[in-house]
Amino acid sequence: MSDTADDIADDTATRTRSGPGRILIAVYAIFALAATARSAVQIATRFDEAPLAYLLSAFAAVVYIIATVCLARGNRTSRRVATVSIVVELIGVLTIGTLSLVDSQAFPDATVWSGFGQGYGYVPLVLPVLGLLWLRKTQVGDR
Amino acid sequence: MIDALSTTLTYVALGAALWALVLLIADKPLQPLRRSSLAVLGLLALLELGLLVQTVLGFVRMFGTDRELDKLTFGGYLVGSLVVLPLAVFWALAERSRWGPGVLLVGCLAIPVLILRLNQIWSTNV
Repeated sequence: MSDTADDIADDTATRTRSGPGRILIAVYAIFALAATARSAVQIATRFDEAPLAYLLSAFAAVVYIIATVCLARGNRTSRRVATVSIVVELIGVLTIGTLSLVDSQAFPDATVWSGFGQGYGYVPLVLPVLGLLWLRKTQVGDR
Repeated sequence: MIDALSTTLTYVALGAALWALVLLIADKPLQPLRRSSLAVLGLLALLELGLLVQTVLGFVRMFGTDRELDKLTFGGYLVGSLVVLPLAVFWALAERSRWGPGVLLVGCLAIPVLILRLNQIWSTNV
């Protein structure tokens, strides 16, 4: 019985950020950077033009940052937060993606999630799915 | 901005990406003293140096031009292009498996995209 809870927790954290997970986190980090920079510029220079779209941009940026950090930390609580933020991300990209096509008037300027992430090679659509699959694959215990 | 330097940097980045992909497929983790690792890291150092030159030139031209330009975005991409590779290398070196080069692959593929966007921003509103 030398396997303490701490050891298991360390294992989980290591597993979450190792192997393919490391690439996943790298891609998340790039999107966190891109979305943050983009929304910062939008909000700083022309917020009145499309407040809704720019607030959504900022929201997307926050979601990417949380997901990146939590995946990289990878302990139990972080994994839970990561799961929630990635689900929010998936809902976000599907909702904004649909709305931006149906009602383009509401989104005069693009966000990361417009057209299902069209401007970013649809990576924003694929990323949350891979994220959830990865969290599922690396989970232990609770099953 | 479209000139020899940004074209060269694009090709070097794609070359480094290809190399990283080969390391990934051949299952060669990054190791400080391994020749294949040193080669890709050296290439990335060279690439980063080129990107630094591009950023300096970019800012010089940005402040020297009369044309209408979204300066904040343009400057953001110039600075952003310098951040990606060091972070990728840092994140890749901590991984002792084939996925270390995989992280470099992702970082290298981001560079041509950034350069493309830079050129797009430079050529709009002429």
